[in-house]
Amino acid sequence: MNLLTENSGKTIAEKILSDHSSNKSVSPGEFIEADIDLVMVHEQLGGRIHKEYEKLGLDRVWDTEKIFFILDHWVPAPSIEAAKMHQDCRNFAKKYKFKHDLGMDKGICHQVLTELGFAKPGMLIVGSDSHTTTYGAFNCFSTGIGATDVSVVFATGKLWFMVPETQKFSFEGQLRDKVMSKDLILQIIGDLSTGGSEYKSMEFYGDGAKSLSIDSRMTVSNMVVEAGAKSGIFIPDNKLVEWLKGRSISNYKLTMPDDNADYVEEFNYDLSKIVPVVAKPPSPDNVVPVSELPEIKIDQAFLGSCTNGRLEDLRQAAQILKNKKIHQDVRLIVIPASKEIYLNAIKEGLIEIFLNSNAIVGNPTCGPCFGGHLGVLGPDEVCISTTNRNFIGRMGDVSSKIYLASPTTTAASALKGKIVDPREV
Amino acid sequence: MKEIKGKVFLFGDDINTDDIVPHQYLNLRDDNEITKHTLENISPNFAESVREGDVIVAGKNFGSGSSREEAVNVLKTLGIKAVIAESFARIYFRNLINLGILAIKLKKAKEQFSEGDNIIITLDKGEIINQTKDIRIPIEKIPDFLLKILESGGILNKIKKSK
Repeated sequence: MNLLTENSGKTIAEKILSDHSSNKSVSPGEFIEADIDLVMVHEQLGGRIHKEYEKLGLDRVWDTEKIFFILDHWVPAPSIEAAKMHQDCRNFAKKYKFKHDLGMDKGICHQVLTELGFAKPGMLIVGSDSHTTTYGAFNCFSTGIGATDVSVVFATGKLWFMVPETQKFSFEGQLRDKVMSKDLILQIIGDLSTGGSEYKSMEFYGDGAKSLSIDSRMTVSNMVVEAGAKSGIFIPDNKLVEWLKGRSISNYKLTMPDDNADYVEEFNYDLSKIVPVVAKPPSPDNVVPVSELPEIKIDQAFLGSCTNGRLEDLRQAAQILKNKKIHQDVRLIVIPASKEIYLNAIKEGLIEIFLNSNAIVGNPTCGPCFGGHLGVLGPDEVCISTTNRNFIGRMGDVSSKIYLASPTTTAASALKGKIVDPREV
Repeated sequence: MKEIKGKVFLFGDDINTDDIVPHQYLNLRDDNEITKHTLENISPNFAESVREGDVIVAGKNFGSGSSREEAVNVLKTLGIKAVIAESFARIYFRNLINLGILAIKLKKAKEQFSEGDNIIITLDKGEIINQTKDIRIPIEKIPDFLLKILESGGILNKIKKSK
């Protein structure tokens, strides 16, 4: 350890990792073994995890209370293969006596886990899904891991980490009407490129960060992995504390950065200058303002996923679709990210607005986002989507194309049959 | 680690895990069946051409995208012993190390190899010998922490040994 790092303060990521490591003062680049507070698993449990874990020959897991298990990718099962995978998952959860088996009716892992208060400030959480970074909105250090890493946590409760360097993002100003935090994070990914945050922690500070709702923050933290980041953590504030109080969530440790923390890079964003953007296929960093696009006709619009299937997203989209019909050549698929959101959307009349606009409303699942089911794209089809990845063939045929966008841009485009700026609808 | 000797398969930047294992094969659950489809959308003959000991060389951000470990396991099943890239996506990097596949970060990697080059990687000497091009390329030392996992043949073997 050099003198510089000894004297500097710590970022949020460094503090949380220090709290969970035997070395109580970790520095970037250092390899540590950290104690895991919670591990989230979904269908991967029946994929590679159960096979890898069985190789260890253990008859138990380290802590049956610290595993959150939910089925969300292929629910309800669209194929015999998926059904078999679900059977393997359930059998494993029973055999090892998981205390938190959420079944398949609750919704998408990241949404349900946070709604139920499993992600609390200061926690170190890992999950078998790259978008586990979402819990950074709740001041957690959380990140995605593979099946073997999950097996290691199941066996020992610990995991190795290389302590990341931290990039500081200072936000000022507020997002303008119909501009959403999706536009902000897409703009950041476009500016940094897909490898711009490789092996780094992104941290979000400033009055602009505090102006974002918890739903909006989740979208930002969710997509940091698209810039290669290990985590994307928001500074805690009153809005977060109120949110936690509203759900009777207690016993947490708000983690602030030190004033003299060391950042590898610093970026400033004025949120009032962010405009509606899309990420063109086939990369999330291929970002341009909607206003600069040529005419792009769409076949499908998808509103949902762990990135943008929350109540705020549905409300904003419904506001655009109210008393209107979508374009006759477009199919709009709406999937609330959880049952709780679905129920609230029913109560608020949002589902009625979607159905009356001729949208198809599906049950909470990851489904279309990864080409699994409920809206797979055919050859040469074009989809505007509120999801997180527009890789080749991600949502269906290899010749289909995905434009990533905010819920407002997606809803406005569904009305017009082509990609349009939501401020013009 | 013993020396690694094989042929190079060359790829570009931003090869993602959807490229390596397309989604429609994710729930097959049979390693050999999934492996048949490795990289099929961008290199249709890859799976049948690879031989034990071969090496992938790629550009920046190799393995970006999902945490699906199938995308590393298919390479292991095919006998790939090392991936040399200008940079790696972090989950993919972890998954390679955890499954015992050497991950080497190398600047301008794509420019120093051609498809089919015969190479030898020797960690002891800290170099890659490109026999076809007759050049020696120095590589950064692999941190001891990671080397121990690799030398155990993957992290689960390391845990088994310590129990």
